[in-house]
Amino acid sequence: MTLLAAENLAINFGGIRAVDGVSFAVEAGQVFTIIGPNGAGKTTIFNLMSRIYDPSQGRLLFEGEDITGIAPHQIARRGIARTFQNIELFEHATVLHNLLLGRHVHRKSRFVEELLFLPHVRALELAHREAAEKVIDFLDLMPYRDSFVVNLPYGVRKVVELGRALCTEPKLLLLDEPSSGLSVEETEGMAFWIEDIRTLLGITVLMVEHDMSLVSAVSDRVLALNYGRAIALGTAREVQDHPEVVKAYLGG
Amino acid sequence: MRFVFKTSYLQDLGLFRDGIQRNWYVVLLIGLLILPRLVPEYLVDVSLVFIYGLCGLSLMVLAGYTGLVSLGHAAFLGIGAYAHVYFTQDAGLPWMVALILATILTAGVGVLVGLPALRMTGLYLTIATLAFAVIIQEVFTRWDAVTGGLKGKAVNKPLIFGVSFAGDVPFYFLCLAFLVIGLWLTANLLRAPTGRAWVAIRDSEIAAQSMGVSLPMYKTMAFAYSAALMGAAGALFAHKIGFLAPDIFSVLLSIQFLLMVVVGGLGSLHGAVFGAIFVAMLPVAISQARDALPALVGQIAGSTASLLVDRFVKQPGLEPGIFGLILVLFILFEPLGIYGRWTKIKLYFSLFPLYKQATFRRQKTYMRSERLR
Repeated sequence: MTLLAAENLAINFGGIRAVDGVSFAVEAGQVFTIIGPNGAGKTTIFNLMSRIYDPSQGRLLFEGEDITGIAPHQIARRGIARTFQNIELFEHATVLHNLLLGRHVHRKSRFVEELLFLPHVRALELAHREAAEKVIDFLDLMPYRDSFVVNLPYGVRKVVELGRALCTEPKLLLLDEPSSGLSVEETEGMAFWIEDIRTLLGITVLMVEHDMSLVSAVSDRVLALNYGRAIALGTAREVQDHPEVVKAYLGG
Repeated sequence: MRFVFKTSYLQDLGLFRDGIQRNWYVVLLIGLLILPRLVPEYLVDVSLVFIYGLCGLSLMVLAGYTGLVSLGHAAFLGIGAYAHVYFTQDAGLPWMVALILATILTAGVGVLVGLPALRMTGLYLTIATLAFAVIIQEVFTRWDAVTGGLKGKAVNKPLIFGVSFAGDVPFYFLCLAFLVIGLWLTANLLRAPTGRAWVAIRDSEIAAQSMGVSLPMYKTMAFAYSAALMGAAGALFAHKIGFLAPDIFSVLLSIQFLLMVVVGGLGSLHGAVFGAIFVAMLPVAISQARDALPALVGQIAGSTASLLVDRFVKQPGLEPGIFGLILVLFILFEPLGIYGRWTKIKLYFSLFPLYKQATFRRQKTYMRSERLR
């Protein structure tokens, strides 16, 4: 079953065509990776998906529905969560608070109820806490639960951001360079988390990544981009050996 | 150092950290209840602290928690004050009904001001709210039928459900009740999804949005709630000063409110109250010093020094000057305000011989409200 499909997606920034007619389909349960040299348009595709930019052409289908025109905050509600290349956590809040914000799409209490903190709100808050604690268990974040994000090392922040995305209980997880800034060991750890997220939680993963060891370890399908165009699609091995891809990375 | 041993998620949902902290607040409340017997002569000043506390709370929600800095909050206070007085005295409504209507009206105006705020950020928003405040002050001056214009408007003493709150002591308790209710409601919001969404918007708009927070909705809500608190404070303020005139609700008052949250400590409810104590009590302290200081210096250093000090403390504009100086010193040396200093002192004593200077270094950062897309 196709979970997410991009049809002929394109966007212009002034005279620059950052993404130029890209089409691909992500099947449910897959780990789908987009690779490409710097400036190939990978993150732009992510930002098109989270509706930070409006595409100049083409459309995005999620579970068969067109999501090209919906409001940015509705994306999470549909079941798409994301992480950012340069971590966007709420720094002056604890890890737990960050994860609880991930539960925002499941908010069921109304403003007036919250104002008086009715027993109903208390019960809902306990349920949110349970869900967040499950994610904390899953990602081994117990030691950091009450730490402020500003005080955490970079590698842990990456995992916290992953956890916050998981708290929304997404169907599709968008990971923007999950290994950037991580050491070799931390990257290996990240590969295990991604594997677990797919097999244990059954969440489809779409990621942008540079580290080819991570890409070949976890990806089912790989799409290579260059100058906003798709140049190769296949397994990690196939794409790595594709002459266009070799040319894009090494010149020639 | 005291550790809280947690055995239930409910403990994290409580208003207080543990029983001991709660007991301290009970002690504080008892202290405030018997205060009228202890210092009857300062009761009017303390009532002003409570009203300013509500104002600080209002701006704290907006600037401290949502990251939207407003320089127009005196206008909301004015709208609340004039509306309340108009509803009670001209329209003849009961006190409570008038207060609720004034609060709703102010919240409505807050929504209207909040709408452009959805498009503006940082400094531009602040300037827009400043413009709003100037316009509203002009409206107060010109709309004679409702506000009494430049002639001003006398305010009757509050009469609630047939009970008169004319005396200093009843009015003190009225203000205290409003502040406690305001603090309770705000603390409730902050431990619920709405409060978390506000903090999220302050720290990273883009992440908040991608987690499903609707920026227009929550920013408007923050403006409306903040304005509503200001409206209620305005009603009390009207009774406190007893006479409304347009020049009371000037930009200077807005700046004092901002001073309150910055000096108190951005991003904490304690900060709002600390800031209110500071801003309401500083003029009292200055006027006390004005009378006592020259004589004191005269005793110590002789009459010439006394004369010099006397000339200095009688300078016009001394008060705003001292306010400004204090604001600058706080931003330079204690960006987390009085509340930040308070937590540091507490930590110093609880860790006693082991306190490290660098403990708070990382947290010495400013709000990220201006950082966007």
